[in-house]
Amino acid sequence: MNVFLPYTPHRHIEPVPGAPAVSVRLPRLRYPGTESLALRDIELTVPVGARVALVGPNGAGKSTLLKAIAGLLPVPEGEVLIYGRPLGGCRHRVAYLPQRHDIDWRFPVDVQRLVMTGRYVHLGWLRRPGPADHALVAQALEQLGLTALARRQIGELSGGQQQRALLARALAQDADLLLLDEPLNAVDADTRAVVSRVLAELQRRGKTVITATHDLGRLETDFDGAFYLCEGREEPAPPGAFTGLIVGRERPVSVAR
Amino acid sequence: MNWLLEPWQYSFMQTGLLASALIGLACACLGVYVVLRRMAFLGDALAHTILPGVVAAYLTGFNLIAGALIAATLTALGIGWFSQRQTVREDTAIGIWFTGMFALGILLMSTVRSFRDFTHILFGNILGVSPDNLWVLAAITGLVLLTLALFHKELELTSFDPTHAELIGLRVDLVRYGLLLLLALTVVSGIQMVGVVLTSALLVTPAAAASLLSNRLPQMMALAAGIAVLSGVVGLYASYYFDVASGAAIVLACTACFGAAWLIHAYRRRVPR
Repeated sequence: MNVFLPYTPHRHIEPVPGAPAVSVRLPRLRYPGTESLALRDIELTVPVGARVALVGPNGAGKSTLLKAIAGLLPVPEGEVLIYGRPLGGCRHRVAYLPQRHDIDWRFPVDVQRLVMTGRYVHLGWLRRPGPADHALVAQALEQLGLTALARRQIGELSGGQQQRALLARALAQDADLLLLDEPLNAVDADTRAVVSRVLAELQRRGKTVITATHDLGRLETDFDGAFYLCEGREEPAPPGAFTGLIVGRERPVSVAR
Repeated sequence: MNWLLEPWQYSFMQTGLLASALIGLACACLGVYVVLRRMAFLGDALAHTILPGVVAAYLTGFNLIAGALIAATLTALGIGWFSQRQTVREDTAIGIWFTGMFALGILLMSTVRSFRDFTHILFGNILGVSPDNLWVLAAITGLVLLTLALFHKELELTSFDPTHAELIGLRVDLVRYGLLLLLALTVVSGIQMVGVVLTSALLVTPAAAASLLSNRLPQMMALAAGIAVLSGVVGLYASYYFDVASGAAIVLACTACFGAAWLIHAYRRRVPR
């Protein structure tokens, strides 16, 4: 689709053929304005079409790593490549599902408009959503079972429904790489089922999905690979834990460091 | 019914009505964003920091509105710059800046023998708006409404989900600067109506009342505009018949509307539809 006035120039750079979806090298990463290191010695490569889990306890740096991949943090040292291109080159291909508290849920927008914001990257300045955008939004709402709630103000939804609305937005964006920050954190069983179904569907369509989670239970069924984080560093997989596809530097050997 | 129509045979009342409608429209619509983005304190600060600009313009014989615009624009840019640096917290920075500028304005005022000359700056004088200034007000209101309409989706998104805005490359700080500039323009027009001290009431009160009555943004803006314009009319009547300060009467009318909205809101909560 042709964007009239894109939010950032050079947005529609084509991917480098054969490049992995994500290739990250971060020797040191700080949050702007802080002294302590949030991430250290991270190397992560995620091939196109893979489903990778970032596993670790709270505060391990999972969200930080996702934000760095999403281009939400300045990366003064190291490199983050998306489809072989530097950050910012492929913004329309990347969808990011934030943790729920990043959003002002009391703001007067309804669910449909929230999902529509996923289309904005394809619209740019001044252009209004057209019939094709509305169709994609309706489809995303349908997939996540939110059609009946489309006109509700976003604050009226339950936590699980809010999470589904955010995932619907990521679908409406029609991105190739999805970064999901704890999508199943504190949600109801219904939402769990719907979200798992949608993630499986995404994989069938060849999308790449990186998910932060602290749930070790379903790694083997839901993911192709796992990347273990602790205190901002990569860790070897705990003995007996799922590893699958190798995406980091650590090899799955159960030898103590 | 004659008493309702009587005031409008005077041209200064007609000009006043037109001016208050224009100002009310701009303040109320932009005010919705001020309330939703929790910028109320900032609006108040902007109004106060304009004082030295206006006084300096008065002392040098420069156009008052131009002086106010320059001071407001500088303040808007300064606050945006300050809050990005994060050396001190934003509300602290605003507090320091706004009291300092206001004090400078008062200092300048005290160099003139008669304080009275400035009462219309401090407290507004809607009936003192000249037909020439009406054009300036119309231009400001037009610009505010046009900008809000054209950049509605960006303003909305950066207000409730700045992270997503950043993700798609939409410059959140740029949108904020734009909003601050619009706010500066609107505050300058609001000062004509209710003065430096009360302008933030025009921004905040109608919008806050509307936010209690609706949870749709366009509807909220329409309601806020209605409340502001109605309050302007009520204030004009009050000053015509009771010879009270029009600015204060307008603000009190806004406050009364907020009270009514609050009662309706409370009633609706108790009796769910």
